[in-house]
Amino acid sequence: MKILKDGSKTQVSFTLNGTEVDGYAEPRTLLSDFLRHEIGASGTHVACEHGVCGACTVVVDGKAVRSCLMLAAQAEGKEIRTIEGLAASDDSFNKLQDAFHKRFALQCGFCTPGILMTLSSLQDSGRRYTEPEIREALSGNICRCTGYREIVDAALDVLGDRVVA
Amino acid sequence: MVGAAAHADEDKYVGRRMLRVEDQTLLRGRGKFMDDLPVAKGTLHAAFLRSPHPHARIVSIDVSEALKQKGVKAVVTGEDIRPYTKPLIVGFENPMDYRGIALNKVRYVGEPVAVVCATDRYRAEDALKYIRVEYEPLAAIVDPVAACADDAPVLHDEVGSNRVSRRVFTHGEPEAAFAASDRQTEITIRYPRNSITPMETYGIVAEYQPDTGGYDVTSNFQGPFSVHAVMAIALKVPGAKLRHRSPPNSGGSFGAKLTMFPYIVVLSVCARLAGRPVKWIEDRLEHLSSSSVAPNRVTRIRAAYDADGTINALRMEHFDDHGAYLRAPMPAPIYRMHGLSTNCYRIPNVEVINNICMTNKCPTGAVRGFGGPQLYFAIERVIAQVAKDLGRDPLDLMRQNLIQADQFPYRAPAGALIDSGNYQQVVADTVDQGGLEELKARRDAARAEGRLYGIGYAMAVEPSQSNMGYISTLKTKEEREKAGPKDGAVASCTISVDPLGSVSVVGDSTPQGQGHQTTLAQIVADELGVPFEMVTVNLETDTQKDNWSIAAGNYSCRFSPASTSAAKTAAERVRRKMALIASRFMNVPPEDLLFKDGWIAAQSNPENRMEFRRVGGLAHWSPSSLPEGMDPGIREVAYWNAPELTPTTAKDEINTSLAYGFAFDFCGVEVDRDTGELRIDRYVTAHDCGTILNPGLAEGQIRGSFASALGASLYEEFVYKSDGTFLSGTFADYLIATAHEAIDPVMVDTVATPSPFTRLGAKGIAEGNQYTTPVCLANAVADAIGRQDITVPLTPAKVFEWVNGEEEPAPQAAAEDEAEDLIDYSGDALRGQGSTFVPASAEQVWQTLMDPAEMAAIIPGCKSLDKQADDHFTGVVSMGVGPVKGTFEADIRLENLKKPRSADITGSLIGALGTSRGRGRVTLVEGEGGVTVSYEYSIHLSGTVASVGGRLLSGAARALVNQFFRALVRRAAPEAKSEGGGLMRRLRARLGGKK
Amino acid sequence: MKPAPFDLCIAETVEDVTGALASHGETARVIAGGQSLMAMLNMRLTEPDLLIDISRIPGLDRITVDQTGVTVGATVRQAELAAHAEAREAVPLLAEALSHVGHIQTRNRGTVCGSLAHADPSAELPLMLVLLGGSVTLASAQGRRTVAAEDFLTGTLTTSRRPDEMIVSAHFPRPPAGAKTAFREIARRHGDFAIVSLACIAQGRNLRLAVGGVADAPVAVDLADVSAETLPAQLNALAWRLRGYDDIHATARYRREMIRRLGLDMIMEAMA
Repeated sequence: MKILKDGSKTQVSFTLNGTEVDGYAEPRTLLSDFLRHEIGASGTHVACEHGVCGACTVVVDGKAVRSCLMLAAQAEGKEIRTIEGLAASDDSFNKLQDAFHKRFALQCGFCTPGILMTLSSLQDSGRRYTEPEIREALSGNICRCTGYREIVDAALDVLGDRVVA
Repeated sequence: MVGAAAHADEDKYVGRRMLRVEDQTLLRGRGKFMDDLPVAKGTLHAAFLRSPHPHARIVSIDVSEALKQKGVKAVVTGEDIRPYTKPLIVGFENPMDYRGIALNKVRYVGEPVAVVCATDRYRAEDALKYIRVEYEPLAAIVDPVAACADDAPVLHDEVGSNRVSRRVFTHGEPEAAFAASDRQTEITIRYPRNSITPMETYGIVAEYQPDTGGYDVTSNFQGPFSVHAVMAIALKVPGAKLRHRSPPNSGGSFGAKLTMFPYIVVLSVCARLAGRPVKWIEDRLEHLSSSSVAPNRVTRIRAAYDADGTINALRMEHFDDHGAYLRAPMPAPIYRMHGLSTNCYRIPNVEVINNICMTNKCPTGAVRGFGGPQLYFAIERVIAQVAKDLGRDPLDLMRQNLIQADQFPYRAPAGALIDSGNYQQVVADTVDQGGLEELKARRDAARAEGRLYGIGYAMAVEPSQSNMGYISTLKTKEEREKAGPKDGAVASCTISVDPLGSVSVVGDSTPQGQGHQTTLAQIVADELGVPFEMVTVNLETDTQKDNWSIAAGNYSCRFSPASTSAAKTAAERVRRKMALIASRFMNVPPEDLLFKDGWIAAQSNPENRMEFRRVGGLAHWSPSSLPEGMDPGIREVAYWNAPELTPTTAKDEINTSLAYGFAFDFCGVEVDRDTGELRIDRYVTAHDCGTILNPGLAEGQIRGSFASALGASLYEEFVYKSDGTFLSGTFADYLIATAHEAIDPVMVDTVATPSPFTRLGAKGIAEGNQYTTPVCLANAVADAIGRQDITVPLTPAKVFEWVNGEEEPAPQAAAEDEAEDLIDYSGDALRGQGSTFVPASAEQVWQTLMDPAEMAAIIPGCKSLDKQADDHFTGVVSMGVGPVKGTFEADIRLENLKKPRSADITGSLIGALGTSRGRGRVTLVEGEGGVTVSYEYSIHLSGTVASVGGRLLSGAARALVNQFFRALVRRAAPEAKSEGGGLMRRLRARLGGKK
Repeated sequence: MKPAPFDLCIAETVEDVTGALASHGETARVIAGGQSLMAMLNMRLTEPDLLIDISRIPGLDRITVDQTGVTVGATVRQAELAAHAEAREAVPLLAEALSHVGHIQTRNRGTVCGSLAHADPSAELPLMLVLLGGSVTLASAQGRRTVAAEDFLTGTLTTSRRPDEMIVSAHFPRPPAGAKTAFREIARRHGDFAIVSLACIAQGRNLRLAVGGVADAPVAVDLADVSAETLPAQLNALAWRLRGYDDIHATARYRREMIRRLGLDMIMEAMA
């Protein structure tokens, strides 16, 4: 049993996009704040901090989760993926990013990292998804700009069960 | 797909579906939004203490304990801010004193009362509960019509009335037209409060510079930069001493990031008082309760028409509800639409009465659509009703009254100079491509089966590029003459060609995701004949270094008509200069030069050519080789204005906008009789927005607008109780459609009638569905269920009651249960009643109730209770249900004591989670073996607990009351055998389950 | 919106937890997935002195399926139960209800037992526990006890868990062999807390019907000799007994109406 005392900072380390990172967090520090302001990975965005909007979605141990509903200390030793880790090593877009680009699937881009990480976790499963399944999967991510059609199309281009023209 | 009909020029970037340059940054998570920017070491973080009351006088504020908290460097109140500020002015003379933070009084739930500046946001929030504010609650008013009554509580004593402006406008001869018309139809509409709540909230870093006496602010403010003047005046500094910068990226705005400027003023002074930069990122709860919303409106609208369907006149009286304060440019939305008071119809006469009302709600601001949804909901609903009253097909009637294609430019009676269009063609294309006849057949088939199916229509003139002078229409002719003319709409653009010949563009359009960088690069690349990739567009703004105008910013579809015109103009100037330079080297007249593919070539002899970059380089490397008198370097600035945007006339006519597009929608909707849910069978939307610059971006704007308008139609509303309590405090209360709820409209490929008044012929495209969609759906529902009074959002519970009659009554047995534990939160207060049996004498129960020590043991979570007088107790309670707990100061008074029969109790609880005020009555009736204690209560709840916990309040209140009475039984009759179990056990027992 | 300060205990054993609970009582909260609790912490609706993270305790992450039903350990995520083939087969209704619980991201982290402990009156998992006549097992320093669903869920966000206890597992019994089940709910949006949720088990003309979102906790009734003729009156009586409440999303009347209409629809489907 370990007790982390209020007000004191303890070291938290985990794998972020394949690289070991560490920083210092209070017991109450949210994972979203830790990623953005301690590690400096500000691609993960915060938009509601009560677990509804999905903007802060990251992938922890292969599962898409809300980083505003997780404490930094709970991430100790985990494997975390964020938007910064999506592009290939030569910095070219991966399939999802490319589909989003080609489909005009983003406007302001604030919700986009959360949406991409949600879809990225589906990509891991290797299976194909129908449009209703994609829409269901995205029902925890709010976008205010697009109306979702382009996002769903981009997702289907990569994950969908339909034949891509 | 839009724009397929318009022939895109293969040689041009404009008109092509160019992929967004913005994506390269955003898709890699490399955007620089407000909270991503680095800040100076020592920057403090702000947290706001906000009013739990809709209306109260501030008796005192004590910040001394808060100042002692760890990390806290300053705590700032309205009184602290006052010496450094002047009131934030609005577009007309009025005595309201508003500086972005409460002074003496609070007027809405969520109003800033004090600011804690601490070393981090967590600590700043920690200190909030140590600020002690004593309030004297006042009666609140939330309905704009009621607010205008003589006996309504007045928000601003110095104004003396909640109706801060009333103007009557007469265009044409409406009175005569009404008298001469065969028939009249009148309806009243109530348009709710909503906002599009951008994903990124407000963010500000403010710094005071004692060396210059100026302020340096970075924020995601969206403009219009006319408001920069309002801030500078309020901060008592020259405009140049208020430096405002914007970050590279902004996470949506939809209007919301206009009215953040009062916060800029407050934080600037906080930074000055704290002696350090101060940063504030608004959180979602703050955004929902207290950032900005569209004004809700009540409109009485009447149409006069002849039996043949010719509409001769409209008369409308608006009660436009702006909440607690007016913030510039409010009340602009209602005036922005003034010129279009007759929409797309040839109605020659109109009377408009505008009442601007103050209520105890969040102040208003810009929301995509800016006054249009409210106006067009009224007009398109009354037209539908006229059709119904005449027994006519609504679309047929609309077409009959439409402005004809040969009438453009058409001067509407209220002043709009509608530049161009072909409404008949748009309607015809939509009917055809959208399959209206098929939809009608579906409706008939559904109705034949007894289903509720309706078709709705809506049309809208879609204004873009606001006339900066329209708000002056609010003033009388005499006031306008005194103030001097206001008009126009300036856009600026700066284009440079660097020594290596690459092109950079700086604009003043502060985008929030609309793809302005892409579009401007398309325009400039076309004009200069260079590859798209060679043009770099930077749209960050800096008021100390960049070119800007009062019209700068991103609002009211300014970009497509105006910013593009400025870019085109600046690019032409660059081209002219470069042609002059090249002409000298190539020995051809400049007019003969063609800019194409990175070359400048003589049209008469394409072999004679120079590389674009070489010509650009010459201007830098060799000023001596330039034509005589030519400035070195290449940097051209264009300030573009539209001469059609003239001031308000003496007769109050105003050409409110520059370029007017047109939208036409229809839809088929089925209402589920059993659930009240709507199924949108098909939604068809058509837009003529003139020249389409980039179909990918244009479609995105249409779909995005449709999605938010669908939200406004079905889900979104900021709800207040009639006592001013705010209920929509979280994203679980203010509901936004997700991919699961969103539907895809059928988009029609129709005509594009370019605007003659903009350089590229483009008009706005981003707001059309805000105008058409809510009323189109409302018209469909009206058609489906045969009801006139339709309000949005069309929630299932509301629609259910429209469709179904009275509820089936309760059977006898269930009715008998009703005496117990009834709770009702349908009105402004949470009301409850019930009774419990205590196996003790009335005297014993009475003694228990009157004994503070006993009561301390009975009141759930009571930490202390002190007797101030025989009938007055104060104490501290830690109260809640489950994990939700708050500490409250309790003040309890007993009245009308009729020992041992009845007592009235009034009291209040005040704590960080909110406040409650209530009254109740306890009655004791002795019977066999004990006494029946009956109670009834009504509680007004406010603050966090009401705005975020609404769904659970009734259950929580019932649980607490139950706990109280179980404790009463224990204390008054300690020997009595405990029944055990609570409410749920009793309920389950009644249901015949487990005892 | 940042949590108030607290100490954080990373527990390694159940005894760590029960020990800490015994010494801290009401001022401590157990966190597993935290999908309800974290939002409340961020809003400062709850300010515990000590948060006890049980997610790393070995052995609490088991799903056991046997003749009696499905037993779910305290740290089993909702998504894990939804994906568990044997559990889906044993109690198909559970997976169906789980698809309405929040969203992918919250189900990936939120636990089954956490949802039960939170006791939201509209939540689907408590409804299932009541319908199926399930139970939860609680541990304290004194030992363990198992509490039936209806004794556990006592009101809005309120359970009969004592401050010194933690949930170690929940048990969802199999429906009787041959019984038919059905689930319906109405919510404003997918994944929202239900306005009304309904589930039933039908065996011939005997029916067990559970209703969530109307009373302060889910309730179940057993109705015998049910038919299309008797049902409307039975549902009306139930609707009025539960009464419902008004909130921003729906009226009390609407809640009652959904018992009548959705309820009828669902039951007829199950009994067909």
